[in-house]
Amino acid sequence: MDQVITCINCPVGCRMTVSLSDTGEFLSVTGNTCPRGAVYARQECTLPKRIITAVIPVEGCRMPLSVKTSVPVPKQLIREVMHELGNTQIHAPVRAGQIIIHHVLNTEADIVATRTLP
Amino acid sequence: MTDRNIDILVIGAGPAGLAAAIAAREAGITSLLVIDREKEPGGILRQCIHNGFGLHRFKEELTGPEYAQRDIDRAAELGIPIECSTMVLSVSRDHLVTCVSPVYGIQRIQAKAVILAMGCRERPRGALCTPGTRCAGIYSAGTAQRFVNLEGFMPGKRVVILGSGDIGLIMARRMTLQGAKVLACVEIMPYSSGLNRNIVQCLQDYNIPLLLSHTVTDIRGLHRLEGITVSEVDQNRKPVPGTEKHFACDTLLLSCGLIPENELSLGAGVSLSSATSGAIVDETFETNVPGIFACGNVLHVHDLVDHVSAESYKAGCSAASFVLNRHSEDSYFSVMDGDGVRGTVPQRIHRNVDSPVDLMFRPAGVYRNCAVVVECGNIEICRKKAQIFTPGEMALITLKPEHLRNLDENILTVRIERN
Amino acid sequence: MKTMSDILIIGAGITGCCVARELAAYHASVLVLEKESDLAEGATKANSGIVHAGYDAVPGSLKAYYNVRGASMYSGLCASLGLPYKQCGALVIGMNDQDRETIEKLRLRGEKNGVSGLRILEHDELLSLESELNPAVICALYVPSSAIISPYETAFAIADHAALNGVSFRFNENVEAVHVQPDGLFRVLTSSDEYLCRVLVNCAGSYGAQIHNQLSDTKLEMIHRRGQYYLLDRMDHPPFTHTIFQCPSSMGKGVLVSPTVHGNTLLGPTAEDIVDPMDTATTSEGLSEVLRKAALTWPNISVRSNITNFSGVRAHLATDDFIVGPCDSCPGYYEAIGIESPGLSSAPAIAQDLAGIIADQLNLSAKSDMVPCSVLPVPFRDMNTEEREKAVAADPAWGNIICRCETVTEAEIRAAIRRPVGARTIDGVKRRTRAGMGRCQGGFCMPRVADIIAEETGVSLPDVKKGSGDSFILAGSVESFLKGDTAYDRSEY
Repeated sequence: MDQVITCINCPVGCRMTVSLSDTGEFLSVTGNTCPRGAVYARQECTLPKRIITAVIPVEGCRMPLSVKTSVPVPKQLIREVMHELGNTQIHAPVRAGQIIIHHVLNTEADIVATRTLP
Repeated sequence: MTDRNIDILVIGAGPAGLAAAIAAREAGITSLLVIDREKEPGGILRQCIHNGFGLHRFKEELTGPEYAQRDIDRAAELGIPIECSTMVLSVSRDHLVTCVSPVYGIQRIQAKAVILAMGCRERPRGALCTPGTRCAGIYSAGTAQRFVNLEGFMPGKRVVILGSGDIGLIMARRMTLQGAKVLACVEIMPYSSGLNRNIVQCLQDYNIPLLLSHTVTDIRGLHRLEGITVSEVDQNRKPVPGTEKHFACDTLLLSCGLIPENELSLGAGVSLSSATSGAIVDETFETNVPGIFACGNVLHVHDLVDHVSAESYKAGCSAASFVLNRHSEDSYFSVMDGDGVRGTVPQRIHRNVDSPVDLMFRPAGVYRNCAVVVECGNIEICRKKAQIFTPGEMALITLKPEHLRNLDENILTVRIERN
Repeated sequence: MKTMSDILIIGAGITGCCVARELAAYHASVLVLEKESDLAEGATKANSGIVHAGYDAVPGSLKAYYNVRGASMYSGLCASLGLPYKQCGALVIGMNDQDRETIEKLRLRGEKNGVSGLRILEHDELLSLESELNPAVICALYVPSSAIISPYETAFAIADHAALNGVSFRFNENVEAVHVQPDGLFRVLTSSDEYLCRVLVNCAGSYGAQIHNQLSDTKLEMIHRRGQYYLLDRMDHPPFTHTIFQCPSSMGKGVLVSPTVHGNTLLGPTAEDIVDPMDTATTSEGLSEVLRKAALTWPNISVRSNITNFSGVRAHLATDDFIVGPCDSCPGYYEAIGIESPGLSSAPAIAQDLAGIIADQLNLSAKSDMVPCSVLPVPFRDMNTEEREKAVAADPAWGNIICRCETVTEAEIRAAIRRPVGARTIDGVKRRTRAGMGRCQGGFCMPRVADIIAEETGVSLPDVKKGSGDSFILAGSVESFLKGDTAYDRSEY
């Protein structure tokens, strides 16, 4: 099974073709022009991860709170993480860096406030 | 009226203004003030809640508010005063700054040097002359970003984005994550002006189509936007009849370019470059008006905030030198844009410069496997190869002082050499 | 609930507002119904803003009569209301011998109509007067009395004065049917309400014929003629100081290039007959036509500084003249129909006449004194430093600049909402204060203006509208979207 992805390491944006086994294991990559591309391709095709940022409402504060995941979470969990955030009750005040949810969806990522709300 | 005399006044407390102020203070300037029209410092970073800032400068990935907070904290550490909710009304050639705020009323501040760090604004619909109705639901991407990230309200549910600049791409992801449907991102050029990572992580991750060589040719909706028409464009960017696609949407976000906000600069007699719409500066970021410096997006629109901070730090150092009277004599090279190069900054370099000078510019198109060449007359003085140049990323070539010694001509030309 | 009034005016454009203000001088209850959410939402907000001198209309026509009379009233009217009025003069330029003939005819016509000061200028003098003018120009009619105003701001001030003197305005009231009851009263049905009145005045603009045809034996057909415009940014040196017309044709006065009272430059209009009077869209054909034609006046034309494009729809009658006065076949019904260009120039005079006749018919007694108009505060951008200092000291809101491009303060925005006929929408604030009129087109200030409107009018932010109808600026809160709620679900797909 082949998968075509665009490298994001630099503006060249190499179009790389990644071969995967039937079980989804990484076999090989072509089309990359540097080793960084191969590393990215492997990660992207086996377990793509993203940092998620979002704004969520806060009780008693007009301004929403901006948050992020402390580390990248698997891409396929993005929707679920957003759903989780929609069901989170937060009260002001909040400090930048404060953990809002520990280990969201049992991942290694915490949901962390990225700004202070008085 | 409050009249004050200070050494350096910085206009704008975004990343540019803060970096400049920090640099000036670190260089020994104690009489220093930063003013900003918003309620809080931080500039546009306050609403850029996404990650990806600071990779160059801090070697870690921060969100906009976090990046801004580092500078705000450093400024506080250094005791740099920042007056917010203060709008500058005018800057005079001789550095008299008039501003107004609800708290202090009208103030006149006489500064020895002024650093312009007002940032930029977005190109509105009018500048595109897009026909159609003038209904609600058409916003610049930044306005929508402010509504969502700072005000907590969503501008609409079904969204089309015109322009693939980074703010447009970022908003495509933001609107999607926060529960809206983004139907397409439409770009008139055959390439995106946004960063690759944003195309992948903001569009491809969410299966949002990117329509290159397309533009919006009609806008419908009596009161609120009901739909738009998108057409393919030819090589001259003219819509091709028969290629119309219709989208039912309630929101159109525009991400069609940024314009440095130089109304104050013009009032001070600062000359602007038609290529950058920012001031013409030398390698110290001094404009044609002595003692008035410009940095950040008011000087030229940057791709990364890291570059803004680095540039502005230098501008702050220069302003400090100016005040501390370490100004060098004025004999310059002029820097001109050559083939494939747009808006090189700085536009002037002191002939006797004693530290490296970064020349920054925007490639005029997508060029592969080529080189940036700096020439003085027929003499090539510097060359840098690259695999690719795209208009979305600033290109940079560093001139060392020794490159500029023993040259007869006064004009340096920067061009891209294609194979 | 039936609302009874002595006089009911349909339409709150410049004509309706002027008539209302004239009638406010009498002891009578006056009500104005407007289908849009604000004053001046039809042709009044989207025209060239010219007080025409009156050289163009056929002598003996109502257009000629009211134009010259109305135009002479404007400088006093604007002064008394604190409104901008600038007698910038106009040039009707000719590029060939045929144009010269037309221009000569216009001069004679103008003199017949009573326009003074008309002169024909030749090439050299023209170029010394307007250096950006096409050098191929051979001559021009010089019209010194031609002036520019802000049409919608004029309507706002006039309506405020009417309201201060007892006139009521109701918005979002679309008149669906009118008829005469057996008792002689008019019954006016709107989408949501019902009104009775002794006298009905039709100032319905594009819908004038529609109302007329329900009451009169004669039937009218209205032609909806759209005009598209470019509005360029303020410049330190605008390209033209006079309004520059090209030679007129049967479709109107052609494409003009003119300064506005606020220092912008206006290009337009086109003249296209369209079906739906609400179709104020611009089209790529129309916009390129404006550019093509304006380039004849201004060869160095540049629309790099374009701020916005808009279009307005003129209410044109096949007879090519105004209808003003009582309707023979329907006593108590009065009308001002076909008030297209020079309608803005004519409106104050038309209103004087209509109000006079109505007062006679109803035997109204004049009020011994009228409440004087509330003079608008001087905009912050026009104040000197001392005035600014005083203003901020008295109210800190004067120190809070909301619109950066046009330097509009929070105080001015709040005042616009608190005016007798106050702003309720983003566009209403924009037209009253210029917040959002500038080069960024509200990109920065619109969210703040929306906040102030919400606060002043006691609604939540998602209920703030840009203009009429369902022009909500927002679709809901971040919270409602994250939870998948449809609390603010107003759109259907």
